[in-house]
Amino acid sequence: MIKLDQVKKSYSDHVQIGPLQLELPKAGLTALIGPNGAGKSTTLMMIGRLLHLDEGHIQVAGLDVSSTKSKDLAKIITILRQENHFVTRLTVRQLVGFGRFPYSKGRLTPEDEAITSKYIDFLDLTQLEHRYLDELSGGQRQRAYVAMVLCQETEYVLLDEPLNNLDIARSVQMMGYLRHVADVFGRTIVTVLHDINFAAKYSDHICAMKDGQVAAFGTVKEIMVAETLSDIFETPLEIIDGPYGPIAVY
Amino acid sequence: MEQRQPQQVNGRVEPNARPSFSAVWTPSFIIALLIIFLLAVTSLFTGVYELGRQTNDFDMFWITRVPRTLALMLTGAAMAMAGLVMQLITQNRLVEPTTTGTIEWAGLGLLTVYLLVPAPTLMMRMTGAIIFAFIGTMVFFWFLRSVKLRSSLIVPIIGLMLGAVISAISTFLGLFFRASQALEGWFVGSFASIQIGRYEYLWIIIGVTICIFFLANRLTVVGLGEDIATSLGINYNRLMMVATGLIALSVGIVATVIGNLPFLGLIVPNLVSMIRGDDLRSNLPWVCVIGMGTILVSDLISRTIIQPFELPVSLILGTVGAAVFIIILLRQRRRGGVR
Repeated sequence: MIKLDQVKKSYSDHVQIGPLQLELPKAGLTALIGPNGAGKSTTLMMIGRLLHLDEGHIQVAGLDVSSTKSKDLAKIITILRQENHFVTRLTVRQLVGFGRFPYSKGRLTPEDEAITSKYIDFLDLTQLEHRYLDELSGGQRQRAYVAMVLCQETEYVLLDEPLNNLDIARSVQMMGYLRHVADVFGRTIVTVLHDINFAAKYSDHICAMKDGQVAAFGTVKEIMVAETLSDIFETPLEIIDGPYGPIAVY
Repeated sequence: MEQRQPQQVNGRVEPNARPSFSAVWTPSFIIALLIIFLLAVTSLFTGVYELGRQTNDFDMFWITRVPRTLALMLTGAAMAMAGLVMQLITQNRLVEPTTTGTIEWAGLGLLTVYLLVPAPTLMMRMTGAIIFAFIGTMVFFWFLRSVKLRSSLIVPIIGLMLGAVISAISTFLGLFFRASQALEGWFVGSFASIQIGRYEYLWIIIGVTICIFFLANRLTVVGLGEDIATSLGINYNRLMMVATGLIALSVGIVATVIGNLPFLGLIVPNLVSMIRGDDLRSNLPWVCVIGMGTILVSDLISRTIIQPFELPVSLILGTVGAAVFIIILLRQRRRGGVR
């Protein structure tokens, strides 16, 4: 379980995140949605210990993220942010293998190699494994980074807009992978998503944020309500019943 | 989504069938070592003084030729490694000790020691250079982190500007305190004055190499960015400090013993990266070897092109380096890397 207790982060007098009081369930896929500047990425980064919190506590699997050693947390939680503009010339396989760093410090054991192969195959990167990252398309590279964080084999996986720069087919494919990771591998995924309908179709829980606060948290059914979402996004929208569940129309 | 069968996933797990990292002791690496050896021998037997004529040949050989060749090789490896580490931790391919002001800071450190102490020993000068190189590099890195530059081109421009400011301060101080002769011969790196008793500190570079080798995987991970490194459990700030310390150590020593050697740290790591990628641990031997080769060749050219006189080796490196700089820019542009 990920527990946020009175978490606050202030950038200036006007821009403040929190106080956040939130419990994200273990297992399944939780989507963070909300308008730009709502604090979704900031919250995710604080949980992933990439940003220090000004006040409050965050616990992941019972460990306080501010006080637990980073190398111990690396076996429990991982976070992937949006793609970095500098592209290291590592092969896909080398990159994914660095996901094993918390365990092997880079000297891959045969077991690490086997785990690396597993995630490369899982994300359909087998044909590309010896290609350099800068020779791949944006979508392929995104898959390679996701393979790396999965290869870390942490209970909790945080993803910041994994669908960024992906077309519809690639987005659907990516969400399919993430669903599989949650259902079959039993990991807990928390991901920032921009598209409400992707969140509705693929997640178990949705956490909607607005102005640095949690505006609503619940199951897909509880959140996919016209009034709630219209209010959060400050745009009139309607919910209709689609073939795969509720769809927001705006 | 299509569900993969488990046996399909587990079917190809033999690690040797799909190696992640390339081996170091390949035939091409042994050939490279052989070439370096031949270059070193050529370097030993090149010079105005002709060996094999006088009785004190042996002394001459040991007092100047051997130290010079050794100094060249150690320096080449040091500057190439410093460049490589800097490029990984700044995530910028155009960064190296002369495009970040590191070497200019080392020069300022040298001069400061000359101004504070009447007749400083080599050790004192070196300490000054290392400390200043460390401070200067930290200032640069701090600046990069707080500004969060989006364009990879701006970074070396800022570094070069910073370097120019520091070197202007050094020149002013040198002229003002009439100590400019201390800086002469520093601005142009040359191996002409290397002889026994004047290069031994360069052996510290072997220690630096060993440290970098032990940190290699961590540094490669840091090359993936601060966020990924932290998420993989690396203490980013501590590693930055250690890496900067190692860079300052090698650059400080080289700056004191040899002087300013431009672009070596730019040419070599980029060449290696283009061919072998960015995995530091398997690249480090290559970077050292190619660094040695590049500087041996440059030094041979500088000694023979206008015989019996000698050009400063920094002149040759500067010319070649500037060309390589432009090639990297063009390459990155084609790949859409420079933004």
